[in-house]
Parts: sequence; structure tokens; C-alpha cells
Amino acid sequence: MELNVTGLSVARGGIPVLEGLDFSLRAGEALILRGPNGVGKTTVLRTVAGLQPPLAGKIGLEREAMAYAGHADGIKTTLTVRENLEFWAAVFGTGDIAAALAAFDLIPLAERAAGALSAGQKRRLGLARMVVTGRPVWVLDEPTVSLDAGAVALFAQAVRAHLAGGGMALMATHIDLGLTEARVLDVAPYRAKAPAHDDFDGSFL
Amino acid sequence: MKALLVRDIRLAVRAGGGFGLGLAFFLIVVVLVPFGVGPDNGVLAVIAPGILWVGALLSCLLSLDRIFALDWEDGSLDLLATAPLPMETLVTLKAVAHWLSTGVPLVLASPLFALLLSLPAAGYGPLALSLALGTPALSVIGTFGAALTVGLKRGGLLLSLLVLPLYMPTLIFGAEVARRGAQGLEFGVPLAMLAGITFGTIALLPFASAAVLRVNLR
Repeated sequence: MELNVTGLSVARGGIPVLEGLDFSLRAGEALILRGPNGVGKTTVLRTVAGLQPPLAGKIGLEREAMAYAGHADGIKTTLTVRENLEFWAAVFGTGDIAAALAAFDLIPLAERAAGALSAGQKRRLGLARMVVTGRPVWVLDEPTVSLDAGAVALFAQAVRAHLAGGGMALMATHIDLGLTEARVLDVAPYRAKAPAHDDFDGSFL
Repeated sequence: MKALLVRDIRLAVRAGGGFGLGLAFFLIVVVLVPFGVGPDNGVLAVIAPGILWVGALLSCLLSLDRIFALDWEDGSLDLLATAPLPMETLVTLKAVAHWLSTGVPLVLASPLFALLLSLPAAGYGPLALSLALGTPALSVIGTFGAALTVGLKRGGLLLSLLVLPLYMPTLIFGAEVARRGAQGLEFGVPLAMLAGITFGTIALLPFASAAVLRVNLR
């Protein structure tokens, strides 16, 4: 399995932010997107995950291969940690959450209401969801926000396990995860030059 | 599929989920009306079908903005959109969950509320029947409105303005069934019209809701 992104141009709010982006990922590889705030890393990730259509270019894989984790964790505060994960496992048709709980050290918290978790614990729960999706490509947007050093190590370990199983990871992050094998792509040089949709119709897109 | 339905109902029943809110609102509307128009049983019996239907409509409206707004705020809507559920299934399940947590309690409680408005006993059955047939349409149309306004801060008022006009056909035929039933008249024709509206919206609107949701998620 291979993810080939060719000539990708993406827009946010109708304004093109990045254009001509090319990269490819093979099974077992990780790619880290870097770039200043507002350059369009999130937009690229959302486009790759299939949440918005690209302006131009192709994403080689179907959206069914992608598991996306954005800035928000999608946690229901009135459900317990176990119920939250079980829901996603059922939606993605995988069923088993034990491995995900263990990977992010959530077993002691399993019966606690998610609303009673700290920000870092919530983040771990949000990342544990990636394990239960069972999908080959992890698309992660700033996955380490509010994680402490120990949890970052747990996360890096989970990503490594995913890669070792033939998975792929595409992420935007500013901190060093200790994933030395991951390639880094600076997206700043791909900044879009002129607005493609400056006409009347374009303002409604 | 079942997991989403179970989750939504579980969320509705747990703290802050708003289950029973619609029912309590319905009760208050029904109790307020006799204070407004006076305790004359004859007058109340005449206006009861209309009041009960308008009350049901408003209490249904009360919980509409929760259908997508909560999932939007905590990011689950993005995640659901990338899940292996078609968007059409997602919006249909959301409407079903809304109906189960709002419409069904209204249907079950309606004979009791009809008693408070001294609706003739002959009207209890037709009223419950018309609500049972009509409230699914309210939930499906409401889900469409909620999908249109998802992501807007304080979108609730706009949602009401968009959805209430679309509720009119359901209200007209639903109240007509209840009125005719209460007067002991034959109510087959408005009932058939009501059923037609409901099944039409169930068949068509999920596609529209899914389309606007996709646009709103970009």
C-alpha cells in the first residue's frame, strides 16, 4: 500500500493556501509536515483525510484508508473512557479496545467519565481512538498538544507499532517525537502565489 | 450503525443531554393555555388539537440545535465524517435518535396532556396516532435545519426561522386529524396526507441534509 499525493493544492475559506504539494508514503513510513502557523498544514491534513475536496491534484488512496485526528478529540464527557472507545470501535467495525487502552496507559482510567479527565488524559483517549480504527493511514494534526514527556513517548511507541504493522503516519507537529526514522517535509515553499478564485463565483465556493 | 444510535440516546439520557426537556416544555405550554384563555371547557375542547400540535412542534424545536452542534463542538462530527458510515446514514440515525428521545415521549404523553385541555376522549387515539405519524417528519426536517446551521455560533434562532415554515404542512394535517377525531368525524384523508408528508421527507431529506453537512464541514 502506498499513499501518493501529487500536485495537491488546498484552500481554506475559499483562499488557496498551498499548491503543488507532492509527497509519497510507503507502508511503514512516517512523514512529518512542518511550517509556520497558518501555512496550511491542517488544511492539507483535512484534505488528505477526505474532509474537504482539493482544489487540484490527486490523493492516491481512498478516504476509507485514512484515520483522522484533529485538534479536537471528539470525546463525549458524559460517557466513560471505555464507552467512548467502544463506540468508535463499533463504528469502525473493529471491536477490540484492550490494545488501545494498553497502548496509551488508559486501563486505570477506563471506567472514569471522560469529563473528569485532565487535558493530557483526554488527548491520550483521543489518540487511542486511532488504534481502534484499524485503518492503515493515520492523519494526525498536532497530536502531542498537552501531552507530557512520558505520554509523548507512549505516543511515539504507538506510532512505531503502527508503522511496524505496515501502517503509515502523516502528521503535523512542532516538537521532536524521537521518531528518528520519520521524514520531514517543510511545506512553507509551497505557499500559494496568486488567488485562483478571485472572480464572483469563487467567493461562493 | 447501532452504536451511533445507542450512543446518541445514552447521551440524551445522561446529565445535560436534554432528555425530558421537550416533554417538560410541552407540559408547561399545555398548562399555560387554560390560564390564558380561561377555564371554559367548551372553548378549550375546540382549540385543544391545535394547541397540542403547536406545543409538540415547539418542544420538538427546542432540542433540534443539539443534533449536530454538540458533535461539532467537540470534534466528533469531523471524526464521524471520516468513519465508514455514509453521511446519509449518519443524518438518518441522528434524526431517529432525536425522534426516539423527543417524539416518542411526546406521543406517549399526549393523551394525558389532552386531558389537561379537556379534549373529548374520542380524540385521544387520533391525537396520539397523528403525533406518532407526524413527529418523525418533525425530526427529519429539523435534522436538515440543524445540518444547515451547524458551525454557526448561536444558530438556534436561525434554525427556528428556517425550520418552522417547513413544519407547516405537518402541523396542518396533524392538527386536522386530531380535530376530526375529537369531533368523531372520519379522518382518513388528512391521516393519509400526513403519512405522505412524513414518508416523503424521510425518503428525500436525508440526502439534502448529508449534502449541506458535507459543505459545512469543509
